[in-house]
Amino acid sequence: MKIGILMSRVRVEEKMLLSTLDQLGVHYDRIDDGAAQLDLNDPAPWTQYDAILERSVSFARGLYTTQILNAWGVPTVNMAHVAATCGDKLVTSAALSRAGIAQPRLKVAFTPESALEAIEEFGYPVVLKPIVGSWGRLLSKINDRDAAEAILEHKDTLGSYQHSVFYIQEYIEKPGRDIRAMVVGDQTVCAIYRSSSHWITNTARGGQGEMCPVTPELNEICVAAAKAVGGGVLAVDILEDPNRGFLVNEVNHTMEFHTLAPTTGVNVAGLIVDFTLKVAKGEIRTSIPSATQPETVKPRQNAPLPVYAGYNPLRLR
Amino acid sequence: MSPELTASCPECAAEITLKDVMQGEIVVCPDCGVDLEVTSIEPLTLDLAPMEEEDWGE
Repeated sequence: MKIGILMSRVRVEEKMLLSTLDQLGVHYDRIDDGAAQLDLNDPAPWTQYDAILERSVSFARGLYTTQILNAWGVPTVNMAHVAATCGDKLVTSAALSRAGIAQPRLKVAFTPESALEAIEEFGYPVVLKPIVGSWGRLLSKINDRDAAEAILEHKDTLGSYQHSVFYIQEYIEKPGRDIRAMVVGDQTVCAIYRSSSHWITNTARGGQGEMCPVTPELNEICVAAAKAVGGGVLAVDILEDPNRGFLVNEVNHTMEFHTLAPTTGVNVAGLIVDFTLKVAKGEIRTSIPSATQPETVKPRQNAPLPVYAGYNPLRLR
Repeated sequence: MSPELTASCPECAAEITLKDVMQGEIVVCPDCGVDLEVTSIEPLTLDLAPMEEEDWGE
């Protein structure tokens, strides 16, 4: 059995993962995503691996590599359709909505004018986020119309086309913290609170971690969120709304754990490696939503998100 | 016992001594504070680390 680890820079997390693999005596290769080339006509250099653990720091590199690998039949942790859902907040929210999972209210618009209307209907404060991004970057808490007009104009003028997909989220009065939970398969294995006096609580922005008990209620919503995006090894971010309780904010598919692991004492790297080895051995089956199985759209059912619904391009004459 | 490796900072030429580093790791120059990537171990080679992109993260 041979594993590949797709990596960019070696973070603390990658050191822990590599160390775990070494201790277990697993046969593996480090694959540098900056040097990697994928020739669609020559899968052999890649299909030698029974599974590939995707640890790229770049969403694009990780996503597109796993797209090709999965097309070749190489299972990845996580799978490309999971990355595609988790890496884009809008797609994540759509998947959560389909599964009927509680999340903050969301409006999407594509021009500053329509976005401003949507924002005014929400009322202030309101949150704007890029649909692709991490580590708390480029998040806006908009407190009044003047700020809304300015931020919308700046995104429209200065941003790439993605910044004109206005992801407008209601502001949640959370208790000075959010929750980061790790879900492996169908179990929430550990969680931390991330506290900050700032409204952005990412540890990358200075949020402080402390142990959060995994109650049955927390486990239920985290596992449901993980399943809604396709499952695997996932980091679910939860907000505590004073009236509505747990809301899913987002799901991360290439999780960091340099705070989660020491704070909870859980061997996160060990769990990720164990999951990957099980995938490599076929003990955990991975599947790609099939384009050849048309499925009737069932709104608000707990069904996995299909790639296509009722439309099979292979049937075109 | 792993050896100490030495290289110059490409930004400010300060001599940097490192121990127990892996290829691909990011280190900070103790003199000028720039982020550097260990692009090779033998010989120890340090390059300016790539800047954070919009799609980087979890």
